[in-house]
Formats: sequence, structure tokens, C-alpha cells
Amino acid sequence: MFTERMYQHNLMRFLLLFSRQGKLRLQKWFTPLTDREKKKVIRDVMALVLARPPRSCNFLHWRDIKVVYKRYASLYFCTGLEDQDNELLTLEVLHRYVELLDKYFGNVCELDIIFNFEKAYYILDEFLMGGEVLETSKVAVSVSMENADTLQETMEEYMNRPAF
Amino acid sequence: MPAPIRLRELIRTIRTARTQAEEREMIQKECAAIRSSFREEDNTYRCRNVAKLLYMHMLGYPAHFGQLECLKLIASQKFTDKRIGYLGAMLLLDERQDVHLLMTNCIKNDLNHSTQYVQGLALCTLGCMGSSEMCRDLAGEVEKLLKTSNSYLRKKAALCAVHVIRKVPELMEMFLPATKNLLSEKNHGVLHTSVVLLTEMCERSPDMLAHFRKLVPQLVRILKNLIMSGYSPEHDVSGISDPFLQVRILRLLRILGKSDDDSSEAMNDILAQVATNTETSKNVGNAILYETVLTIMDIKSESGLRVLAINILGRFLLNNDKNIRYVALTSLLKTVQTDHNAVQRHRSTIVDCLKDLDVSIKRRAMELSFALVNGNNIRGMMKELLYFLDSCDPEFKADCASGVFLAAEKYAPSKRWHIDTIMRVLTTAGSYVRDDSVPNLIQLITNSVEMHAYTVQRLYKALLDDISQQPLVQVASWCIGEYGDLLVSGQCEEEEPIQVTEDEVLDVLEGLLVSNLSAAVTRGYSLTAIMKLSTRFSGVNRIKKVVSIYGSSIDVELQQRAVEYNALFKKYDHMRPALLERMPIMEKSASNGPTEIVQTNGETEPSVVDSKHPPPVSQPANQANDLLDLLGGNDVVPVIQTTVPTKPASAGGELLDLLGDLSLTIPPMTAYNKNGLKIDFTFERANPNPNVAVITIHASNSTEADMTDFVFQAAVPKTFQLQLLSPSSNVVPALNQGTVTQVIRVLNPQKQQLRMRIKLTYTLKGSPVQDLAEVNNFPPQSWQ
Repeated sequence: MFTERMYQHNLMRFLLLFSRQGKLRLQKWFTPLTDREKKKVIRDVMALVLARPPRSCNFLHWRDIKVVYKRYASLYFCTGLEDQDNELLTLEVLHRYVELLDKYFGNVCELDIIFNFEKAYYILDEFLMGGEVLETSKVAVSVSMENADTLQETMEEYMNRPAF
Repeated sequence: MPAPIRLRELIRTIRTARTQAEEREMIQKECAAIRSSFREEDNTYRCRNVAKLLYMHMLGYPAHFGQLECLKLIASQKFTDKRIGYLGAMLLLDERQDVHLLMTNCIKNDLNHSTQYVQGLALCTLGCMGSSEMCRDLAGEVEKLLKTSNSYLRKKAALCAVHVIRKVPELMEMFLPATKNLLSEKNHGVLHTSVVLLTEMCERSPDMLAHFRKLVPQLVRILKNLIMSGYSPEHDVSGISDPFLQVRILRLLRILGKSDDDSSEAMNDILAQVATNTETSKNVGNAILYETVLTIMDIKSESGLRVLAINILGRFLLNNDKNIRYVALTSLLKTVQTDHNAVQRHRSTIVDCLKDLDVSIKRRAMELSFALVNGNNIRGMMKELLYFLDSCDPEFKADCASGVFLAAEKYAPSKRWHIDTIMRVLTTAGSYVRDDSVPNLIQLITNSVEMHAYTVQRLYKALLDDISQQPLVQVASWCIGEYGDLLVSGQCEEEEPIQVTEDEVLDVLEGLLVSNLSAAVTRGYSLTAIMKLSTRFSGVNRIKKVVSIYGSSIDVELQQRAVEYNALFKKYDHMRPALLERMPIMEKSASNGPTEIVQTNGETEPSVVDSKHPPPVSQPANQANDLLDLLGGNDVVPVIQTTVPTKPASAGGELLDLLGDLSLTIPPMTAYNKNGLKIDFTFERANPNPNVAVITIHASNSTEADMTDFVFQAAVPKTFQLQLLSPSSNVVPALNQGTVTQVIRVLNPQKQQLRMRIKLTYTLKGSPVQDLAEVNNFPPQSWQ
């Protein structure tokens, strides 16, 4: 019964990006966990997902959550959901994030995300917040990123220093 | 001091490392440089250094020394600094560290910044990792921003408010006024986040839920516009306009319509429309359909709509896309209880999914198949499920076997079918069945009197093939011990009786004793079976020999049994036939499957207490132990009867400590009232363990004579544990002149409904009286 739920209800508990070799490229946590707990989640979920045979369905169970994952080229996009949530829509959420990255970087590949990881986070933060979808329009997210980037460069130009 | 190396250069360098050790060395070197840079309080390059630290953190290296630096970046006026600083805070800090509270002031200032992107950073950080204290301090600012006309900020404020409410539910009220016109927004971002906020509020508070029910028409209108509107490039996903918003609205409608007829009716049409018009060729359409189905099933929809929903799920089952099949099976599992007949129509498709290659789908299909088994389809379903059991992965076998047993028990069309099914499970998945199956099966077999010959014959034949599967071997041994006479006399009616001699049977049983494949428990079963055959077979010399050999077995259990059986041959031969007699029919303790009555720590009462001859204590008790293990209750009432001499005096003290603070909120009840003996139960909760119920029985006697040798015994179902303490007396005085009290402690960790079987024995006017009764009228408070 939803009215009796006392625990924190999130659409997502976490979002992880990792390569086929098990290298983490991005980690976003929507619930507070200790560093140790995070490491355990990463280890376990990565192991489960990487072990999946090709052409399996994109959902699996781990502890009390549903893991939804999708592979795009060399990267796995992986999220953990509460039992209540719509897995099919989550696939759309993952896809949307990939599209946003693609639009921003122009034909995004893993190297873009490695060398510009902070931008990947900024884009994510314009799309999701607290595990929920923040903005449903692709255009709106792109515009926000452009504007914020401009803000950044303008100040740096003023200071006459490179970004970093 | 040269400028610290740039982020991308560092990344490039680290990626050239060929070994873990090389990488570690580079990282350590850079960390040292960064640390000294931090110490020098270099404002210019702080941002660059923290960015590098965040990269190294992602590789798994410690970065806690950068936490304070993030705070300094957040406090800086440069946007670049703030951006990295807030990112660092979200990655390196969490609410467990006091340090994070230092952010509160910065966030407060930034929430009021002139640049919306700075405000956005603050809202985002607060909304992602704000602790309860921070939320309390800053809720007012968030509420203000929720009312702004700037849609960029408004949508962020809405989700930030959701986080605040999750952290500090009491603050929910303060956001209520701001929600007034949230749904009149045109901006989809604001609309979506507003629906999320409203959903959160409705889920947490029934009052809010009632308050927001009036929004149903507006939500229906918005949803309708989304569906009917033409192509909108900004929100389009494969021809569907803003599926994210559609799904969230459907979810909110679900919550509003649940248990409310009017709301449910108001949304009927739109749900039907979405269900029939949504394009299903792509995942996105199916995602919306899925949410629609969930909503239809949860609200008070009319039956036509429900059937439509189940049919959608049925179509999902046939979809090529595995994900959709998986989701369909999951939903059908949720609805199978309430809409059983509708789901039954899709049974054959579901059963086909058992053959799917995907593990997740197979599991769901198995669970759903078991849920669909009923009296009409049992034969067909069982064929499929047994086939599945044969071929499935080991991870499924235990659950499948248990499921088969349960289903067979509930719906077996005939005893023979039941036994055949059990045999099939034991032979194909015998090593995976659960431990409690063995006693359950033995009980079943014992009670199927007319099938004894058939059963023992089949089990014997199975043993000849394979003695590696322990549960099968144990059940078979037990049966051969019991019904060996039927086996050798060739009495089987159901099938062609086999010709087997007593020696052959003993060969098999002795083979089990010596085989490496047999577990210790199995050997015990085998030895006892051999012993039992001494009264069923004509020649006992061989049996005597075996028994005497095992009298010196290294295995203590076997040795003890053998020694006692030996004694039975030598000194108590006159008792042997009675002791090894055929087992009586055991009453089933419960109608819905295996609930065993279990004994907990303490002495067990041997069942042969009534015997006229003084029984040697250990021997029948040993035999009785077997019986108690296998029986699972009834005539033998296994209980702790802690009699006075064995009870340590300190137990009373413990009892008082545990009783602690007595809150007598549970009403007393009469458990038994017959022939002048009345037994009342009063209840207390034991502190500190709330799962323990402490029951005091009060026995009173309204007849004219005293009831002497009064003994109260009790047994409870398997998930409970029971402890009986000493009674106040063994005499219940006549004419209600006094009561005998006794304390029972019941541990009920699963909070299941309390049931109890009690046995009363006493002597009245010289005659022994015995009675058994069920106690089912426990007040709910005693076990909830």
C-alpha cells in the first residue's frame, strides 16, 4: 500500500556509467550512502551486469531493487529502481541522457565522457534531480548548457586564464 | 611555483600507465602537488586542482582532503569555481559529515543570486544531498522560488521541494499554497516536476490526497492535450508527445483514483483512450501503455476497462521484445490474485514463457504459472512444470520443487497422481528439495493407505537406479521399513508387482548404510528401516547381525540406535512387535500445506507413555524421536514441559525481568470450557522483545471433585516457538475454589496469526480424562 510506505521513495537510487572492462566513468547517487556502501553497490552491480549474456532483457534483480541497464557502444548505462517504478520508461530516461550527451559533444564516444566528465555531470544535473526527471525537453537542456558554458567562459576570458 | 598541470593533461598521463602500481605512483605524486597547492591557498588554480581530485576520486582514490576546498570554491564569486565546487560537494560530501553544514550559508546566498544559473546550482545541490538540517534552514527559500515566474527556477524548486519533503515530512504543509496554480503552467519542465511534487504530497498524506482530488479533471485535460496535440518537435519521442509527462500524470491519476469512485469514473474515458490509441511499435509507446495498465488495475475501473488492461498485458506477452514480455509477466503476477479468471485466459502463453531463454523471464513465468494452477488445470500445468523442473537451471530447482509439492497437495486429482508427481520430483530434482519435504511426504504417504504397496514398490525401484539423492533415499528407506512386507508379497494393484525377496531388500538397505553417497541422516533412516523389517520379514537373523555390527559404529547416532535395537532383541523382545508396529494415520494439522508443529528446547514426551510396561527411558524415546521428527504433531504433543525438579530457581527471576512493564491492553479470552474444566488465557507483552507474547493460563474446575494430576500441554505451528513454564500446581480444586496458573511464552517473529493446539490430562474421581482442543480465537492484538 503506497500510503503506508515509510521509506524514501525515489524514481532512481543511483546512475552508473561504466565500460566493458569495469572502469567507472560516472556515478550519481540519489540516496545517501557511505563510501564503503557505494563501493559495494558498484562492485556488485557491475559484476551482475557485465556477466549478462547478450540479448538478455535489460532488467535484473539485485537485493530489493530492479537494475535497469543498457549498453551504448562501449559504455553501460545502469540505474537502480524501486520496485514500484516503470522499467520501460527508465529505458527511455537512459536513452534521453545518451541523446543529450550526443547533442552536446557531437557524436559522443567514451573518450568524450572520460576527458569531460564534469560536463557529463552538468548535463545530467540539467536533466535529472533527486532521481526524478527535471526537464523533458531536449532543447531546453541544450540551451541551459550553452548558457551556463558561456557564463563560464566569459568570466574566464575576463580573468584571462584558461578554464582548467 | 609552476602552474599545476591541466586536468586533461593529467587524465592523458594517467591513462598511459600500464600497471596499477604505475597509476598509483602518478596519482600519489599529483595528490602531493595538489595538497601543497591547497596549503598555499591558491585561489587561481583551486578549481583546476579540485577537478583533478574529482577525476582521481572516480578512479577510486581517496579525496577527502579536498572537501573543504570545495566549500571555498562554492563561496567564490566565479561561476566556474561554483560549478566545480558544487559538483565536488555532491561527490565528496554527504550528510554524514558535519562539514556539509558549512555549505548552508553559501547555498542560501546563492539561492538569492542574481544569475539564475547560480541559483540553479544551489537548488540542484540542495535537492540532491541536502541533509534534514539544511532542508529545515532553507525550506523557506525554496518555497519562495517555487512561486517565481521563471520556469527554469520553478522546475528546480519543485524537485528541491520534493527532496525537502522526503527529508523533513513535517514541512510539507508550507509548500501547499505554492501548489495552487502549478498545473496551469505551459512549460513542460514545470508541469512534470509539479506533478512529481503533487504525487509526493499525495503519497505521504491522506489529507493532501483528499485535497488534491479536485485536480483530476485538470490532469485529465492536460493528458488529453498531450495525446491529441499535433507534432511538437521539442517534446516528441518517436511520435509521442512528452511520454515522461504522460507517465507521471498517469501515475498521479492512479493515486488519486484509488479507492475513490468519482475520481475513477472521471478518468475512465481518458484511460480507455490512451489504452487503445497509443502506438505500440516502439518501447516508448509500450512504456505509456504499461503505466496505463497499472493505473487501470489499481483504481476502481469498470470491468470492461480491466479486461482491456489484462488483454494488453496478454499482447505484451507475445511481443518480440524481451523487456516487454518481462514487464507483462511482472504485472500479471501482481494482478493474478484479483483478476484470476482474466489472467487464466493467457495461461498457455505464460507457460510458453517457461521455455524462454532469458533467466529473468523464466523466473517470472514460473512464479506466475504456480499462481495459476487450480483444480481444473492441474494435470496439464503439472506436466509443463515438471518438464521445466527437469530442464531448468539449478537456481530454480528448489523453488520449483517446493511449488510443485504445494500445488500437488492442494489440487491433486487422485492419490496415485499425487504420489507419482512426488516420485517424479524426487527422482529429477531430488537433491534440491527442501529439508522439510521429507517429513511432509512421509506423512502424505502414510495417509494414503491404499497406495502403500504401489508407493513402496516405486520407491524401491527408484533406489535400485540411483541412491545419490538423499531426500529420495530417506523417504524410500522409511517406506521400505514400513511397508517391506507389502513389497515382498507382491501385492501391488496399480502396476505389475515386482518379484523381490527379503534378502534383496535387505541388500539394498545395507548398501545404503555402507555407501559413501549416504548422508549421516540417511544412514539413520536405513538402520531404523532394517530394524522395523524384523517384525515384517520372516528371517530376523540377518537383521540381528546387522544391528549388532553397528553397535560399534564410529557414528555415535548409529551406534546408539544399534545398541538400543540390540537391547530390543535381547531384553525387550516382547515389546518389539508393538513398538515397530505400522504407523497410524496422522491427522493433517492444517489445510493449507505443511505447517508442522515443532518442539522447542526441552524434554520431549515419548508417545509410549501409556504403555503398561515400564519403558526403558532412552530406547523408546529414541524411537519416539524419529516419530516426532516425522510426524509433525497431533497425538504426540511436543512441548517443553519443564517439571519442577529440573527447573532452576532463577528462572522465576528471569521471568520477572522479562515481563518488565506490563501493559495489559490485550483482552483475556476463554480458550477451553468443557466438562467443568475452564481455561482462560490472559496476555501480556514481554519487554524488551515485542515479538514474544506472554500468556498466562488460568484453569478452574466447576465440578464437585478436585481434578488431580492436571497436566496442560500446548503446541503451535512451525513459524512459532513456544515455551511452557512450570504450573502453580497439579491439582485444580473443585467448585472454582482456586485456579492453576501456568505461563506460556510464544515467540512470533513473523507476526502470523496465533493458533494453538492444547492437550489436557487429569484424573477426576479416579478416572483419567484426556482431551485435545484447538484454540483459534486469539485476539488480534496478541499476535500483531
